[in-house]
Amino acid sequence: MEHTTSDDKGLKVSGAPNLAELHASPCYQLPAEDRRALAAVIECIEGIPCNPCETACPQHAIIVGDEITNLPIVDLDKCNGCGICVAACPGLAIYLKKHTFKENLAYIAFPYEYVPLPVEGQTIRMVDRLGQDVCDGTVLRVVKIKKNDRTAVVHATYPNGYYEQVVNMQRLATD
Amino acid sequence: MEEREVVVIGAGPAGLSAALEAARSGAHVLLVDENSKPGGQLFKQIHKFFGSRDHRAGVRGIDIGTQLLEEADALKIEVWLDAEVCGIFNQRDVWIVRNKEKSVNVRAQRIIIATGAVENSVNFPGWSLPGVMGAGAAQTMINLHRVLPGFKVLMVGSGNVGVIVSYQLLQAGADVKAIVEAAPRLGGYGVHTAKVRRAGVPFHTSHTVLEARGTDHVESATIVQIDDKWQPIPGTEKVLDVDTICIAAGLTPLVELAFAAGCEPLYSPLLGGMVPWHDASMRTSIPSIYIAGDISGVEEASTAMEEGRMAGLSAAHSLGYVAEQVYEVGFKAAEQRMLALRSGLFGQKRRDAKAAIMAQTRG
Repeated sequence: MEHTTSDDKGLKVSGAPNLAELHASPCYQLPAEDRRALAAVIECIEGIPCNPCETACPQHAIIVGDEITNLPIVDLDKCNGCGICVAACPGLAIYLKKHTFKENLAYIAFPYEYVPLPVEGQTIRMVDRLGQDVCDGTVLRVVKIKKNDRTAVVHATYPNGYYEQVVNMQRLATD
Repeated sequence: MEEREVVVIGAGPAGLSAALEAARSGAHVLLVDENSKPGGQLFKQIHKFFGSRDHRAGVRGIDIGTQLLEEADALKIEVWLDAEVCGIFNQRDVWIVRNKEKSVNVRAQRIIIATGAVENSVNFPGWSLPGVMGAGAAQTMINLHRVLPGFKVLMVGSGNVGVIVSYQLLQAGADVKAIVEAAPRLGGYGVHTAKVRRAGVPFHTSHTVLEARGTDHVESATIVQIDDKWQPIPGTEKVLDVDTICIAAGLTPLVELAFAAGCEPLYSPLLGGMVPWHDASMRTSIPSIYIAGDISGVEEASTAMEEGRMAGLSAAHSLGYVAEQVYEVGFKAAEQRMLALRSGLFGQKRRDAKAAIMAQTRG
């Protein structure tokens, strides 16, 4: 299957940023393994003219600044993991993460704009940035508040051995 | 002959914004569009827009369309739909055919042309088979008419249009089998490409579509790798099982009306080809004619709205509706908003191309 080719030639060839590109960008900050609260992780490394993440954040924890092409930077001391930015980002480039939710499970909350939506308790397949199947995940809840303007935010757990690798879920088959 | 102060041609994001700004300034505006509904391409943009709050960022295009129409309604702007503009004569007489039956001439003191752009085609054996279409056409089918053009799609072109429409095809329930890009690097914003990539859509850079096969519709597509001289490399062909091929190979400004009216042309490859020369106020070489949006160089809906505002404000100002000081403040603010959209890695080239146009003197 074409879908499982594991090229990782970076954002402008494979379509998704690879870890080397992310680690080189000041925008990308994976929350430390011992952090207790959820934190926003942003994968927006190109300097596009956009700042709704900054204006949406109630904690003023995301800074873009006067030049809207600046990279968004999360102040992890201020971020309380509320998740407003996850649905506010027009690029769907933000998710929340936490390494240890319980035992060996990591926690993620990611934007999802496909139907059908997953439901609480459902087992889903988690994917990496290239869309490759990684592991099972379990849906904790699906947030569909009006403020999020039809972008659902799916909260799920998955084995934290894949903490950094997992970014979203495999689309569910339509009926 | 009917008379109006400002006639705006095209009710897309640029034309609507121009009409609103001119009407707000006090001018009597007539907005005409050949379609049965106003909004241009806004109502099929179901994604949240980029930019800042000043550009209505974070709001879906479809909802921006509704907001603009509500504002036009509140200002009681006169709108003629199903109204085709067939020509502009004597620099101010607009010949309009209404509802395909009635010919009307409207004498305008100022004309703002906001006709937009048309999708480019790519020719290859099989390109006339049903199932080969512009990416914008596929977007119209899924988001306006709620019809899926096919189940298995090949997207040709990785610019923002190609990747956004790919994402929306996935949302509509289609499977996007691949996105090919002739250049060695992808064109669209990384956040857009990342979104479709993690949904399992593979990208093929330095690839193009070689041929489409099928009896009465597309049944497969052959893609091929190309070398640095853009020539197919034999032996690299791959056959994809698809029933739809979408072409997202850029847009060309719809300039016929402006050129027929006598506006001086200028070539700007980066902005889509031939465009009417215009100054910073969006005025063309004909002092009574302004342009805004993709006709003045292909960009995006957000920049089209800003250009519309600049053209509307400038046209009203030239009619004496806006006090000098108010105009200066308003125009500077619009310029700042525009600059923000044309900054950064992606915007710089468009900014330079626009500056190159305005550096020339005409008129």
